[in-house]
Amino acid sequence: MKADVSSSGPPLVELKGISKRYGDLLANDGIDLSIEPGEIHALLGENGAGKSTLVKILYGVIEPSAGEIRWEGRPVTIGSPVEARALGLGMVFQHFSLFDEMTVAENIAVALSGEWSLATVRGRLSEISRTYGLALDPDRAVWTLSAGERQRIEIVRCLLQNPRLLILDEPTSVLTPQEAEHLFVTLDKLSADGCSILYISHKLEEVRRLCRRATILRTGRVVATIDPRASTAREIAALMVGNEVGDIRTDAPHAPQGEVLRVDHLDMPPVGLHGQALKDINLVARSGEVVGIAGVAGNGQSELFAALSGERLASRPDAIVIAGRACGTLGVHARRRLAAAFVPEERLGHAAAPTHRLSENTLISHAATEVSRSGFILVNAARRLARSIIKSFDVRTPEGDPQARKLSGGNLQKFVIGREIIRKPKLLIVDQPTWGVDAGAARLIRQALVDLARAGSAVVVVSQDLDELFEVADQMAVIHQGYLSPLKPIGAWTKEAVGLEMLGVAQAQGDAHAL
Amino acid sequence: MRFELTPRATVSPVARTLAPVAAFVTAFLIAGFVIWLMGRSPIAAFDVYVLQPLSDPWSLQELLVKATPLALIAIGLSYCFRANLWNIGAEGQYVMGAVLGGWLALRTHGTDAGFWVLPLMLLLGIVGGALYGLIPAFLKTRFNVNEILTSLMLVYVAQLTLDYLVRGPWRDPQGFNFPQSVTFDPAATLPPIVEAGRVHYGFVFAVIAVLVTAVVLGRTLFGYRLKLTGDAPRAARFAGFSSKVTALSVFAISGGLAGLAGISEVSGQIGQLQPSISPGYGFTAITVAFLGRLHPVGILIAALVVALTFIGGESAQILLKLPLDLTQAFQGILLLCVLAADALVSYRIRLVARGGGK
Repeated sequence: MKADVSSSGPPLVELKGISKRYGDLLANDGIDLSIEPGEIHALLGENGAGKSTLVKILYGVIEPSAGEIRWEGRPVTIGSPVEARALGLGMVFQHFSLFDEMTVAENIAVALSGEWSLATVRGRLSEISRTYGLALDPDRAVWTLSAGERQRIEIVRCLLQNPRLLILDEPTSVLTPQEAEHLFVTLDKLSADGCSILYISHKLEEVRRLCRRATILRTGRVVATIDPRASTAREIAALMVGNEVGDIRTDAPHAPQGEVLRVDHLDMPPVGLHGQALKDINLVARSGEVVGIAGVAGNGQSELFAALSGERLASRPDAIVIAGRACGTLGVHARRRLAAAFVPEERLGHAAAPTHRLSENTLISHAATEVSRSGFILVNAARRLARSIIKSFDVRTPEGDPQARKLSGGNLQKFVIGREIIRKPKLLIVDQPTWGVDAGAARLIRQALVDLARAGSAVVVVSQDLDELFEVADQMAVIHQGYLSPLKPIGAWTKEAVGLEMLGVAQAQGDAHAL
Repeated sequence: MRFELTPRATVSPVARTLAPVAAFVTAFLIAGFVIWLMGRSPIAAFDVYVLQPLSDPWSLQELLVKATPLALIAIGLSYCFRANLWNIGAEGQYVMGAVLGGWLALRTHGTDAGFWVLPLMLLLGIVGGALYGLIPAFLKTRFNVNEILTSLMLVYVAQLTLDYLVRGPWRDPQGFNFPQSVTFDPAATLPPIVEAGRVHYGFVFAVIAVLVTAVVLGRTLFGYRLKLTGDAPRAARFAGFSSKVTALSVFAISGGLAGLAGISEVSGQIGQLQPSISPGYGFTAITVAFLGRLHPVGILIAALVVALTFIGGESAQILLKLPLDLTQAFQGILLLCVLAADALVSYRIRLVARGGGK
């Protein structure tokens, strides 16, 4: 099924039967995709659906096992990103490749490998900035810029080479709602000027806002090519996941009781040159409620998590009080013994050891479970615990007790969250609970967090996904440059208000009032 | 044209078991070729290197004597290497164990001190090695100094300290000015396991170390702590394991075992202190630890194999006039073959005609 797009002549780029095999895994299986000149085409799919593999093939980073790429009707082989750029492809990656210490203009000149002088770059930069509303100061050092501004550098860098096709990989994951809207305006203008755009995302609202055609991938295959505006979000989600996605039940009324976590005027110096300091953080979480902490990546979320978990210690014991006990200077081990549980952002390498089996990975939060006795490991108890986590949290495993790295992102996330929830902690602190997780797993995880709170625990969710926070949180605060806004009931927040806090506008006004 | 390593989807357990065997055969073939190039018969060399030591009772005992320090040191090193900490200075810790334990032997020399001398000497040997091992660990945890450099450089400090002592204050006054101490009293001598045999109790210590380590690494939280620190350091911190405590403890353990090897060698084998008390056991043990894949039983086997090349090398030097350097070359070839076999079990080599980008 193909949505009708009127066009004359061949499409700009056409992929035919593209396949990529990694050992037993077929990451791409006979993918057909065509992009017309000037079209904004969405590539939708869960994590692990094969989007990144397909894009890397198109951009010449990896070689397809089979299939053909046609550029304006004639077959081409794209052997490297250099060849891709020569053909007229530009790509903005999810993770930026910029030198923090250099200025905007220098970063762009470096990428153009000496083709242009710094002066030429400056001139063209201001021209492009004007045309597409991409405000950038060429002489600012990159480390002083926000994520949105850094992304603009990447986009401008591509545009300087006059691409015919611009590929954007999850571009809004680091942006505030306002910054995202700004990006969409730019993309609309580019498309009107005849530049095609391949827009990779798993956020349906954006895709409906931008695109008229979307190709949906699931497990390496194209399941549909549709007009996203003619389908409901639920229908699209069902195509991506392969079954109906339900809503989270939050119906049980929440009746907050005793205070489980109190953070009191917590200050922490930054780690390293570009680390974020924490400034006068105040936060309370009561049993029975979910507290959400919103914010754009890199504003102190991981620092806050490290301070709460005890991986970094505060200077005063009473800066952090868990279950009535001042524990700012106690480590993660002692805090787990106070029935606190933690799930960090990074699944592999932080929450779990990639090459260790799931049963061994239960030992990471051993301080509060029954998997060891007087220094010895209870191997059978660890295996039993892993089995019951796998069963209770629907973790799909390739074998009984696999290495953590053999699980998909969503399944490993279910495991590491399950590992903490299964011991019924009084306090659970989660950083980015559903980052890069498929829709089905995300729903299960959110439900588990809400259920845990309703059963009488306090849950703190740090997330960049605003929709997620509006779905699960009872109270919410926004973190911006190490400051935490006051906690307010979720009903008192609007997306716009959150966006302003994320940008620090509300903060600045608050400071002005205070003066 | 270039080679590419692609991971195999499944690794057969048979291949994994046979890999070391294939590695040995390959190493012997390469070494045989080199010997043939040198104009000697590879078959005669194989006979001298392998068959004769294994068929002669004296050589078999010698094998255990040489394997003892290698196994003890390599077992200790495996604690460090598992936690991804690089103790290259076991040779120095070995020497310092011998120095501190040997000090007691010299202090009690000529007195009628009783049975307590030997146990205390062994204990001092462990303490000396452990304290010496703690120096690089302390520098790393306190000042973040690279432990590879400090542990290696401290080897030379230890060797020169021993050299100074046996040429100066500890020299035997009746020793015709030879740089060596007096011969240890019987009370300060580690006895052979069998009466009139060559193998001293150090070999028993090595076997005990193997068994204890197998339990520690496989069944205790401390063992898991090392594995987690080596494989995923952030996860180890998240588990509440302090990296400083880990570094200090593994260096103390590996230093202590190296020190025990040193004092056992001096009191059970050499019988006195002299400028050189090791043909580089502390360095060869690094090879042994990796040949044994950091597994305690594997290390014991690897220690025996490497000891065999030492003994075979000595006879080959005498009988075939082959240089001792060939033995070291063979140890290197063996390590390379074992590592290559390991890689080939997990990866497949593919010849790629033309690269598809980086």
